[in-house]
Amino acid sequence: MSNSTQKLTYLQAIVEAQREEMRRDERVILMGEDIAVYGAQSLFDEFDEKRLRNTPISENSFVGVGVGAALTGLRPIVDLTIASFCYLASDQIINQAAKLRFMTGAQLKVPLVVRASTFYNNRTAAQHADRPYPLFMNTPGLKVLAPATASDAKGLLKAAIRDDDPVIFFEDITLWSKKEEVSTDENLLVPIGKAAIKRQGSDLTIVSIAGCLPHALSAAEALEREGIRAEVIDLRTIVPMDKETILTSVAKTGRLVIVDNSHKVGSVASEIAAVVCEEGFESLRKPIQRVAAPMVHVPYNGALEKQLFASKDRILSAVRAIV
Amino acid sequence: MSLDRSQTLELFSRMLRIRKFEEAIIAYNPVGHLSIGQEAAIGGACIALRVDDYVTGTHRSHGHPIGKGAEIKPLMAEIFGKRTGICKGLGGSMHLTDPSCGVIAESAIVGGGFPIATGAGLSIQVRGTDQVSLCFFGDGATNQGTFSESVNMAAVWKLPVIYFCENNGYAVTTSVAKSHGQPEIARRADGFGIPGVVVDGQDAEAVYAVTMEAVERARSGGGPTLIEAKTYRFDEHSNRLAIPIEYRSKEEISYYRRERDPIILYREVLVSRGLSAEVERIEAEVAAIIEEAVAFARESPDPEMGDLWDCMFSNPINMQPFEGQD
Repeated sequence: MSNSTQKLTYLQAIVEAQREEMRRDERVILMGEDIAVYGAQSLFDEFDEKRLRNTPISENSFVGVGVGAALTGLRPIVDLTIASFCYLASDQIINQAAKLRFMTGAQLKVPLVVRASTFYNNRTAAQHADRPYPLFMNTPGLKVLAPATASDAKGLLKAAIRDDDPVIFFEDITLWSKKEEVSTDENLLVPIGKAAIKRQGSDLTIVSIAGCLPHALSAAEALEREGIRAEVIDLRTIVPMDKETILTSVAKTGRLVIVDNSHKVGSVASEIAAVVCEEGFESLRKPIQRVAAPMVHVPYNGALEKQLFASKDRILSAVRAIV
Repeated sequence: MSLDRSQTLELFSRMLRIRKFEEAIIAYNPVGHLSIGQEAAIGGACIALRVDDYVTGTHRSHGHPIGKGAEIKPLMAEIFGKRTGICKGLGGSMHLTDPSCGVIAESAIVGGGFPIATGAGLSIQVRGTDQVSLCFFGDGATNQGTFSESVNMAAVWKLPVIYFCENNGYAVTTSVAKSHGQPEIARRADGFGIPGVVVDGQDAEAVYAVTMEAVERARSGGGPTLIEAKTYRFDEHSNRLAIPIEYRSKEEISYYRRERDPIILYREVLVSRGLSAEVERIEAEVAAIIEEAVAFARESPDPEMGDLWDCMFSNPINMQPFEGQD
């Protein structure tokens, strides 16, 4: 294993993951709208255009083309760009990709990765700013990833490409420009289904999903100055969920705040709260708090939009209610 | 491009297997959507394909794996919902997928197969083999967005795909005339810059000839073709479905049953070529195959709850115990 690293943004890490996997396995292809311009320019210099498909604007069908290619020996990465476009492709994602292995009695496998960027806090208004993790969390047969760091984006995307099941890979654009040292080891995968403890603590647990992480960490720092030690868990994988890491932490702290930028009703936070109530109720000393987006649409006005999503202050208010 | 003697007999045998398979379903386990009346379109198209060519089907798709040469017993057991079924009893009548003979997906969502067949075509092109992908669909499916989206992509990338429409005249009860601004489906090919062909879907060898031409174009890099086979569904949209309106006349149905039955028509062709003895032998063989398949399906065990979880994921990383499993 190589120990060398390179400083990459979250978005560059995604491109590097694709480059490494395309080099490693000729069955890996990349499809999406305008990929030659956005995101994958440098891949066009290296790989045959047969493996890089700039698609027409036909989201449902090009995701389905990915399904058909996955059924017949390729390992496609389909870049849906903006996650709100998932709804157009939801028939092929939910009715085909997620169900085909099951409906065929496991005769088929669907090694497909669908990339989707959550474009919130970017003044793109309600039809570009969705964070639709709960829709896919509620669909059996899909693995759902939402990394929060460049290293995890690279390692989880590589794991997703090598996985034989359909994976939805949510990229959080509020993290795109965040840089960190990322391993250059092409065999370094981040395991699907494992959360990461980003900060140890004993007084309360903060579980963070995707782009909520920087806010959760700032809140934990602020709390530290007050003598409150928060444990911060980055969920990383939404399905399959790492219940063990969450329950172990809550057993230690007895207090739980979940930070999730999806809409509050039926959110990832709701599912985590339900799991902790069912399996860790005796550990809880105070009611669970959810910091999630309210049930209104994302407004164009940036000042208003910002108030819908996770922030250090919203997390601190939730913490204050239970400590 | 014509079939040799053994191919014509194989074509007749597959058409008859489809008919007798579905007659057995009516008799013993009346579920699903029947293709009776459409066997020449299905058989004629499939006989133009190799075993390693891909096929996608529809909700009305018992015939497609049979046409492609699949073993009958696992298909019948699947209709009965049994563990020995081709899909372990988890897919059923609308999903008789048999990848061992190239049938990779049958979609119960109308139009769901267009992108998948197109993706198989893309996969063939990337892998550089000389396979083709054939997408079966009905007249109703051409009104789904996936038709236009997928055919366009195949045209742009010159993918080896044959889009094969079994135009039986009705989307459930809605006629082509009442649901298509321009009712000649093959002409839609013009909008994508690909060839569109119409064929008599009750004439098995005519269907074979146009499909073979499309297959050769696809194998040689010439891209996709749209074929419209004009055919007719003898039974209702689905088994046991009571339809309270007369959306097609009794005279129309009896005309097709009497004058345009593809099995009767092709049998007459073979008999006129002096193949009576072979035809009778095939009829006896097919009757025995279907009888054995029904007995096998009836005697087979049901699937178990554990099979549901086993079939969910290929790589169930960190998934034990599964949600919902005791």
